[in-house]
Amino acid sequence: MSQSTTNRSTKRSLGQRMNALWEYANPVKFMALSGKVLPWAVALCVITLVPGLIWGFFFTPEAANFGNSVKIIYVHVPSSTMAINIWVMMLVTSLIWLIRRHHVSALAAKAAAMIGVTMTVISLITGAVWGQPMWGTYWAWDPRLTSFLILFLFYLGYMALWAAIENPDTAADLTSVLCVVGSVFALLSRYAVNFWNQGLHQGASLSLDKEEHVSDVYWQPLVLAIIGFGFLFVVLLLVRTRTEVRRRRLHALMARERMIDA
Amino acid sequence: MLELGKYADAILWSWGLTLLLVGLLILVTIRSSRKVRADLQAAEERRKNG
Repeated sequence: MSQSTTNRSTKRSLGQRMNALWEYANPVKFMALSGKVLPWAVALCVITLVPGLIWGFFFTPEAANFGNSVKIIYVHVPSSTMAINIWVMMLVTSLIWLIRRHHVSALAAKAAAMIGVTMTVISLITGAVWGQPMWGTYWAWDPRLTSFLILFLFYLGYMALWAAIENPDTAADLTSVLCVVGSVFALLSRYAVNFWNQGLHQGASLSLDKEEHVSDVYWQPLVLAIIGFGFLFVVLLLVRTRTEVRRRRLHALMARERMIDA
Repeated sequence: MLELGKYADAILWSWGLTLLLVGLLILVTIRSSRKVRADLQAAEERRKNG
């Protein structure tokens, strides 16, 4: 009996803890917490991104197959990783909006889209610039390249939809549905090479499989650069989400002013 | 000076473009954050002053 009481109390405390987590979806609590987290995220971004990029650019040797062009992976791989994972983050926050109607989650997805589209552009262009000397062409209708291009178009569509709809709740609903649909292409961008064993794009640069993995001298700065890009995303996401929360409040105040004037 | 060999153009284009786009993104984010914060502050002031 005492054990079942303990189990019940453990479950209750876990449930309570989960509910406490949702409290941060409250805009006031989000602003307070994000204000405290932001300086730490900036510091972590600087101490990972700057050394990661400097290490990758200046202190990595020439590769046997790719020569010095291997240095492009330090901007191409982190931006590609972020482009896919930002869409996944947007999927999670969009689902939270659709299921629990927390405004901060919808605003976070909106705030992430501009960062995601920038990362996708960087990935596509650096891939093309690298592809020309390696494959002899800037572009090929390879499964991974094509799915990345479609992901880019989904990002544009997502942002255009937010801009086109005046009612913020309707915009959040429709963009969330678009995000769920676009997730197929985010997953394809990640796993296209595994699904279709064809195309120009090589396998993943970072893999748990030792055979596929790039050698230690390249992956250590690469991991640091990816972590740095991750923190850069966190910093930009927090700043942009805070801006969106403020903008929402500003629109409410301006609507109130207009009502009083009328 | 770092010797980039025959891929120098591709490397410098990739890195230059990445740094430019990331820099622009950071700039746009900060400018928009400052503008919205200032507008909100002004609106809050107007509300307080009736």
